[in-house]
Amino acid sequence: MTDEKKAPTGEKADASAAVKPGESAPAGAQRTSAAALEAGSQNVPATGPDVGARTPLEVVDVRTGMFGAHGTGDTSGYGGLVRTVAMPGPSERPYGGWFDEVVDVLTEVLDESGTGYANAVEAVVVDRTELTLVVARAHLVEVARALRDDADLRFELSLGVSGVHFPHDAGRELHAVYHLVSVTHGRRLRLEVTAPESDPHIPSTTSVYPTNDWHERETWDFFGIVFDGHPALARIQMPDDWPGHPQRKDYPLGGIPVEYKGATVPPPDQRRSYS
Amino acid sequence: MSAPTSHTPHATRSVPQDQTEGVPSFEASGGDWSQIAEEAARLGEERIVVNMGPQHPSTHGVLRLMLEIDGETVTEARAGIGYLHTGIEKNMEFRTWTQGVTFCTRMDYVAPLFQEAAYCLAVEKLLGITDDVPERASVIRVLMMELNRISSHLVFLATGGNELGATTIMIIGFTAREEILKIFEMISGLRMNHAYIRPGGVAQDVPPGSIDAVREALTKVRGYLRQLEDLMLANPILQARMKDVGTLSLAACMALGVTGPILRSTGLPYDVRKANPYSGYETYDFDVPVNDGADAWSRLLLRIEECYQSMRIVEQCLERLAKPGPVMVADKKVAWPAQLAIGTDGMGNSLDHIKEIMGTSMESLIHHFKLVTEGFRVPAGQVFQTVEHPRGELGVHLVSDGGTKPYRAHFRDPSFNNLQAVSMMCEGGQIADVVVAVASIDPVLGGVDR
Repeated sequence: MTDEKKAPTGEKADASAAVKPGESAPAGAQRTSAAALEAGSQNVPATGPDVGARTPLEVVDVRTGMFGAHGTGDTSGYGGLVRTVAMPGPSERPYGGWFDEVVDVLTEVLDESGTGYANAVEAVVVDRTELTLVVARAHLVEVARALRDDADLRFELSLGVSGVHFPHDAGRELHAVYHLVSVTHGRRLRLEVTAPESDPHIPSTTSVYPTNDWHERETWDFFGIVFDGHPALARIQMPDDWPGHPQRKDYPLGGIPVEYKGATVPPPDQRRSYS
Repeated sequence: MSAPTSHTPHATRSVPQDQTEGVPSFEASGGDWSQIAEEAARLGEERIVVNMGPQHPSTHGVLRLMLEIDGETVTEARAGIGYLHTGIEKNMEFRTWTQGVTFCTRMDYVAPLFQEAAYCLAVEKLLGITDDVPERASVIRVLMMELNRISSHLVFLATGGNELGATTIMIIGFTAREEILKIFEMISGLRMNHAYIRPGGVAQDVPPGSIDAVREALTKVRGYLRQLEDLMLANPILQARMKDVGTLSLAACMALGVTGPILRSTGLPYDVRKANPYSGYETYDFDVPVNDGADAWSRLLLRIEECYQSMRIVEQCLERLAKPGPVMVADKKVAWPAQLAIGTDGMGNSLDHIKEIMGTSMESLIHHFKLVTEGFRVPAGQVFQTVEHPRGELGVHLVSDGGTKPYRAHFRDPSFNNLQAVSMMCEGGQIADVVVAVASIDPVLGGVDR
């Protein structure tokens, strides 16, 4: 499991360049990048027959090989396989349904306050009928407040915070994901905020949604995201003196080999996995 | 172990030994409370911090309450959790998408089918096969979830009654729940932790005779529920203990993200089954009961009424189950190759299926082997799926990296969130009311800690 995560950083940079049309990639990287782009396309739903019209992908990882075998022991013939792992990229208008209306109202509110929609919202992603706003962490609290307080938005209920760790998404390793519900309008959306591992700070939203208190403690506990301004950011599930943050991808699952009828079964994170 | 970040955990540290000197501490072992009170009075100490739990029978498992009390009045209440943390979310990242069901069903063990359903709905949304799930599978899911809702509410009535000293209520409640667990055993093979709902459908069709069995069980459960109502609803002691206790207003519920019966006891009919239907709930005829007492008593009444509403849904499910059909998606690349049958060594794949894959079709064997050991791949992306859990809104946040295992699985458990309301419900009240307030939240610590 851990081997496949350690993709060379050079390849990653190449692949990232390859999936951003318009940016010139280094000539040497062209072959790998093209292969990576083509292979990576298997991981996202097809957006149409015209590949050129596809929106830019957000590459979070690049993997090589298959069946978890690496090095000289790899006789699978798949050792040269390079695949990019890309999350659905930003969507273009129209977003569909009420999504446009919400983004319009939010634009109006944020532009009025002087923050500016373009500064606060980095991207709008519509995927699998769900709306995601990727928000700049500096403006998270303001965006949340606007979403809660404006009568046309009124996302009054927060369903907590979830963290995701992408160790190869350089500069955006830690993601905090907020799910909001508007009981008034019957709508749901997601806020996504990222922070680099070297500076894992995200402002706390407890002043807007007090319910996020425990959820932020949980995300701190498991991912090490520091929620600035939280009233008491203590660990919540792990013991107070626990070292490390268990849900990070570089944190091992743990476990011991189990012997059964003479054979030994390795712990789950050391078994052969399909990369 | 992850590399230490620049920010060491700044959790509450244990107090250094030299600072605890001179601070009186008492250890209660039961029956010695008056001695402790006398000793505290002798010391002139009015502010006492009492640890209730994690091993206290009325804290619903391993919930730890830290109560600062002044006489009998609670001046500050805090909940401490984490004693049942088993890392289920982390474990799910190391198993295939189908195996994930086996893990998440163990979170809230009183309502396991809701985790399964929410997780499978999320996986199906990630795969984009939500509309391909056969109708019969959805009907069976709804049937199982609603039966589970009744059994979960029966546990609330039973344990809630037991915590107030009403053992009869506990016995009737658990007896009634047993009728539903028998149905679960008949349909899924297990009383709890079923792993019955699978991505794409359910593990197997309901066995013959189960529709009649469910009807029979419903009649019995209805009888037990009537008994419980007779015991509880006109009981002046129960009313005195529960009315105006553990109140939480609508504004407080919204701010604290509290959903489920607690939110509906403030008068807001917010129910995910109506607000954002899944599994075809919009086609069923049922009501969302509300109340406006916002206290423990109205939550009790609501949960009893919800049991009856669930029975209405179950009856509609039974009618729909008369029509046969597939219970798993047609896509063989996703559908778990389960043609189950009872053998001499318990339930397993049927001999016919084994004969086919071992004797006649090499391709079938390869397909079976690939799907069972490797699993299916799920396109990269993230989804959030919520269902109406007996305790509130259960959310599943799934992230896929295009692989055969979840990249991240997060469960927004309603008990976890609702426990935040303990302070607000208990502060200013009596110690005895803490038990009532916590019982009215109905937390299940397996779900809280995951």
